[in-house]
Amino acid sequence: MLGLNKKDTNLLIIVAIMTMLAPFLLNPFPEGSALAQFNAGYPDLMQRFVIFGIFAMGFNLLFGLTGYLSFGHAAFLGVGSYAAIWMMKLLTMNVIPAIIMSIVIAGLFAVVVGFISLRRSGIYFSILTLAFAQMSYALAYSVLTPITGGETGLQPKPNDPRLLDPALADGVTPRAGLFGLEMSSSTELSIGGWVFTFNAGYYVAAVVMLIAFYLSIRIFRSPFGMMLRAIKSNQQRVNYTGLNSKPYTLAVFVISGMYAGLAGGLLVAMDTQVGPERMFWTASGEVVIMTILGGAGTLIGPVLGAGLLKYMENILSKINKGVIEGWFAWAPDGLDSVLIYTVNMFVGKQWHITTGVIFMLVIIFLPGGLVELGKRGARVFRRRDRKGLGLEPDAAKQRNAAE
Amino acid sequence: MGILEVKDVGKRFGGLQALSNVNLSVKENSVHAIIGPNGAGKSTLLNCFVGKLIPDTGSVLFEGQSLLGRKPHEINQMGVSRVFQTPEIFGDLSVMENMLIPCFAKRDGSFELNAYGSVASQRDVQDRAEQMLIDMNMIDKREEHAAALSRGDKRRLEIGMCLAQEPRLLLLDEPTAGMARADTNNTIDLLKEISDTRDITIAIIEHDMHVVFSLAQRITVLAQGTPLVEDTPDNIKGHPKVREAYLGETQVAA
Repeated sequence: MLGLNKKDTNLLIIVAIMTMLAPFLLNPFPEGSALAQFNAGYPDLMQRFVIFGIFAMGFNLLFGLTGYLSFGHAAFLGVGSYAAIWMMKLLTMNVIPAIIMSIVIAGLFAVVVGFISLRRSGIYFSILTLAFAQMSYALAYSVLTPITGGETGLQPKPNDPRLLDPALADGVTPRAGLFGLEMSSSTELSIGGWVFTFNAGYYVAAVVMLIAFYLSIRIFRSPFGMMLRAIKSNQQRVNYTGLNSKPYTLAVFVISGMYAGLAGGLLVAMDTQVGPERMFWTASGEVVIMTILGGAGTLIGPVLGAGLLKYMENILSKINKGVIEGWFAWAPDGLDSVLIYTVNMFVGKQWHITTGVIFMLVIIFLPGGLVELGKRGARVFRRRDRKGLGLEPDAAKQRNAAE
Repeated sequence: MGILEVKDVGKRFGGLQALSNVNLSVKENSVHAIIGPNGAGKSTLLNCFVGKLIPDTGSVLFEGQSLLGRKPHEINQMGVSRVFQTPEIFGDLSVMENMLIPCFAKRDGSFELNAYGSVASQRDVQDRAEQMLIDMNMIDKREEHAAALSRGDKRRLEIGMCLAQEPRLLLLDEPTAGMARADTNNTIDLLKEISDTRDITIAIIEHDMHVVFSLAQRITVLAQGTPLVEDTPDNIKGHPKVREAYLGETQVAA
């Protein structure tokens, strides 16, 4: 279907179903219950899942396929965001021109950065991209203040020109929308103790994410994608096979930058404001972590990694000392303070520690990320099935023969 | 005039004159071996043919066109393929994918932005790669990880990848280095077969005299960066200058 093989089609369908049903799937706990704070089915967070999913997907096209580790990808996200907000200020609050412009401008910026950075490989490439991103960040703060708004950033104001939109009534703030459908509008559905929120912005972002995911599968399975994997595997052989690796790496760098720009544009479409901190190097580092956490070089890994990181950032950080005290109310005096102290190190503002520990564990024990975890799990299940059918001895025999 | 004409090539690395006054002519559809003791400049000379090094003086002509200043991928697209001392293949990819890549490079040239079509749907390239694997006797290994192949199979795959591009000139840099006797003999047989059945010129750098004397029709002996003699294998074996400079040091049961 759609030019994909059966396995990829199934993956796309599963991802499509999961994203469409996310408001249900991410809200497994009834409202008001003690576990409700672990629900992730609210619009702001769901939007972040898919948008950072796109960002990581694009990063993975570059890093997962070619092995070039860009440490400045947040710059493209930021540039995309600024482009989007300017479309909203100058043209219309409709998100489509904003999103298109964010892709175009980020792509052009990526041509420049890529052309220079790709003259080097390995650590030097990473440092060059990092330098570009930090430079962009510094410029946005200082000399480019007229177009970036400096520290305060930018947001659409009632008195912006907005050539295509009718004038706003007094006191009405401009809101991003899609042909009359406001991004921030939501419908709630209550069933029993559960409340499910369906947000327009989330669904717009989710559809864009599915398109981006589909394109990423196509790139993975294309001759272009195969050449990129060849470059990662053995660049010397690539060159001695009559292939010019430079345009290949530049092309994927630009595509990757366009994905980041798209993510930046979508962030603005959901929440119409932008500041330079979006381009700070920690934001670039975050996408590296997402991709590796999920599984670099796999199709779905980066999306999972983005989801996991954003979940921890938003859910763990909300758990404060008061909440933990509630958890350990049953413990005897003395023990409870020890438990509270210990758990408190990993939640709230200290959620980064948890992320760090998980990241380390993944690197050491699961170099293939969450996807590898899934594969290993599947293998265990399959082995059990075999046992049930009495095939295990045969399989063992085969394995021994192979060894 | 030969398919590869090397004239007065010199190359200096700092204080070391690696090559000087190298003149060499490789006849079309022949197997030409370049031998010489360690440090004679064999690899340096080969690197000058493929664009990795640029000689300080002289010229290198392939089918009448200069190779100097061209990038490796350009030289390859002109019809010169290179086999490395340690097999250079795509270890992370499957054997079939390894073969597909040169087939794409042959069809599409040095760059083609085909990011939307699927590899599986390119029938012509798929068929070609499959045929190459059959020719190389490797079709049963098509789904295997290339890194997991044996040394001999890696070499076979690398040669197959080079042949998939239908080069006019195949350069081999000590293709049997570090190989067991059986693998070496297999490689010799493979190269013989290639030379007999294909319209191709082979230039080979080799240490192993067994390989050189089983394959080559012409031999150039390089010593201290300069060609000593160029002749047929039989004449080379008995040549006093060669014995002195090279063969005399080693035990050759000739």
